[in-house]
Amino acid sequence: MRLDLDARPQRSTLREILAPVGALIVAILIGGVVIALMGRSTIEAFDVYFVEPLSQSYSLQAIAVKAAPLILIAVGLAFCYRANLWNIGAEGQFIAGGALGGWLGLVTHDGAFQGVLGSWWILPAMMILGALGGLLYAMIPALLRVWLNVSEILSSLMLVYVAQLALDWLVRGPWKDPEGHNLPVSVNLDPEATLPILFDGGSLHLGVLLAPLVAIVAAIVFSKTLFGYQVRLVGSAPKAARFGGFNDRTIAIAAFAISGGLAGLAGVAEVSGRIGQLLPSISPGYGFSAIIVAFLGRLSPVGIFIAGLVLALTFVGGEDAQIAMHLPGDLTLAFQGVLLICVLAADVLARYRLRFTMGARS
Amino acid sequence: MSFDPQQIQDILIIIVAAATPLLLAAIGEVVAERAGVLNLGLEGMMIVGASTGFAFAYMTDSTIVGVIAGILGGVLMSAVFAFLTIGLATNQVAAGLALTIFGRGLANLIGEGFVGLKRSGAPHLYIPGLTDLPLVGRLIFGEDFFVYFAILLTGAVGYWLMRTRAGLTLRAVGENHTSGHSLGVPVRGIRLLAVLFGGACAGLAGCYLSLSYTPFWSPDMTAGRGWIALALVVFASWKPWRALAGAILFGGVAVLALAFQGLGVPIPAQLLNSLPYLTTIIVLVVLSLRDSRGALAPASLGQAFIPDR
Repeated sequence: MRLDLDARPQRSTLREILAPVGALIVAILIGGVVIALMGRSTIEAFDVYFVEPLSQSYSLQAIAVKAAPLILIAVGLAFCYRANLWNIGAEGQFIAGGALGGWLGLVTHDGAFQGVLGSWWILPAMMILGALGGLLYAMIPALLRVWLNVSEILSSLMLVYVAQLALDWLVRGPWKDPEGHNLPVSVNLDPEATLPILFDGGSLHLGVLLAPLVAIVAAIVFSKTLFGYQVRLVGSAPKAARFGGFNDRTIAIAAFAISGGLAGLAGVAEVSGRIGQLLPSISPGYGFSAIIVAFLGRLSPVGIFIAGLVLALTFVGGEDAQIAMHLPGDLTLAFQGVLLICVLAADVLARYRLRFTMGARS
Repeated sequence: MSFDPQQIQDILIIIVAAATPLLLAAIGEVVAERAGVLNLGLEGMMIVGASTGFAFAYMTDSTIVGVIAGILGGVLMSAVFAFLTIGLATNQVAAGLALTIFGRGLANLIGEGFVGLKRSGAPHLYIPGLTDLPLVGRLIFGEDFFVYFAILLTGAVGYWLMRTRAGLTLRAVGENHTSGHSLGVPVRGIRLLAVLFGGACAGLAGCYLSLSYTPFWSPDMTAGRGWIALALVVFASWKPWRALAGAILFGGVAVLALAFQGLGVPIPAQLLNSLPYLTTIIVLVVLSLRDSRGALAPASLGQAFIPDR
């Protein structure tokens, strides 16, 4: 038996929008079968995963708080992936941003360095430092790629492990809270270094608003600016871009800078807004899940915004399922992987028609 | 510091042990990449091999059954990848990432009930007389069968790829799939087999970790070895024998960290643990200085192929 792909005569916007939705439905069906095979109630699991989190205010807030870093990182990744650059080290850039931005919160602890200026500047400076930390960390794979043609895939991923170990060292060593009973934690950030909570008693913090803001700006950059056009062209038709006089090196570095900067911003917002101190590990794998978000959102900022909410829902639903049904937490990770596989397959189905032929060959 | 020559053998044995999973995974990836398929899902296939291998070995109390299950686990994972990239011609980088994310979750699910359980490691060769030789006996005649198999496999793949007609066809498919297709070579069939072989090797490499290297299962136990093996393929310029040399180099770096810690050198453990990853980046940089145009890579590597009938 053989499988042929026939290009569909014209592209259809409807089909392109329906493809990720179909992929999500197929992934949920596969997840349901797996849960049934584990001898559990599929209906109950679906309810816990996808319905209950949407029916309570605190879990809706939890979804938004988890979606924000995913959306910020994934919007950045869209710039890289559209330019055909494979930054898969956003997790490391997230940590670098969280560490550098968080560092400012630590050194200004207890009113230090606040003499004449006061403390109003701390939060904005932390955000800038966070973005800068992620940006600089992304420059390593970017420059290695542009100058020396070193695979950005491998170098960016290796730097994730390095960042994780470096943060672990910092928090267990120089940044450890001297009065923390020898626990590997930093001091708690002062209120001046903490992103304010939006509603009393809730978990929604100011940093969450960055996500829609960045998605809107990125949508405008992609559709209305020359730079957005250049990024898309370098990715889809590199020869044409070079012929058109675009400098693909500059564009590559810019794409990496945006991607790293947004991941770093997400990192510092997480440290300052949600965690409130530095810990040996500050991310439950946002940098990797954001890759799924980027593809599920078809590398478009608006799509990514919706996809980020969907993935955040699986995170929150997964935690609830662990508590309510004692389902293993890794089910969420496996489900996210299945989802990405389905999204990639659906993408092809939107552009090609499959034809199965019996017999060996034509 | 006193120096015991016996210690040298001990260190070399640990280097071999650290090099073996890298070599096994890299050999499989060399074949897949020579056929033009970049499978970044190595880490995912390895971790699934490690968990299925341990689960089956524990349940049946048989290392061999575990190894077969682990290899099958790797093959099934690579079949998913092959369906996506060869059948549906999706982007190979994205599909490889999907495979790694999916593999981590799946492996942890499979291994969930086996965390904290132990079994004795895979048996080691013992030849009376030879294995007892001082200084080299246990290094050369006392390894476990994974090690000997990895070396045999390297030789066999090296010969097959470079010296046989079938190997030449596979390399041709990786260099230029269009001309291969027009000559009537079944491009997608060859790529499918190459990817499945890569999956089998990655599964075996994972088994080695959970059945011999540390004879237990723990989540995320591959710790980036799949990615390091990918770098090893570049280091080896897609040549099996060079992968052997590279694996020993990378294994040596990992052991260096252990040795420093054992000697009580006051270097942060985190810095030592990051050495394999930093070395990988440095090696890639040095290689690119030597080959700045990337001329050594198979020309069709990573490009999807849609036959035009």
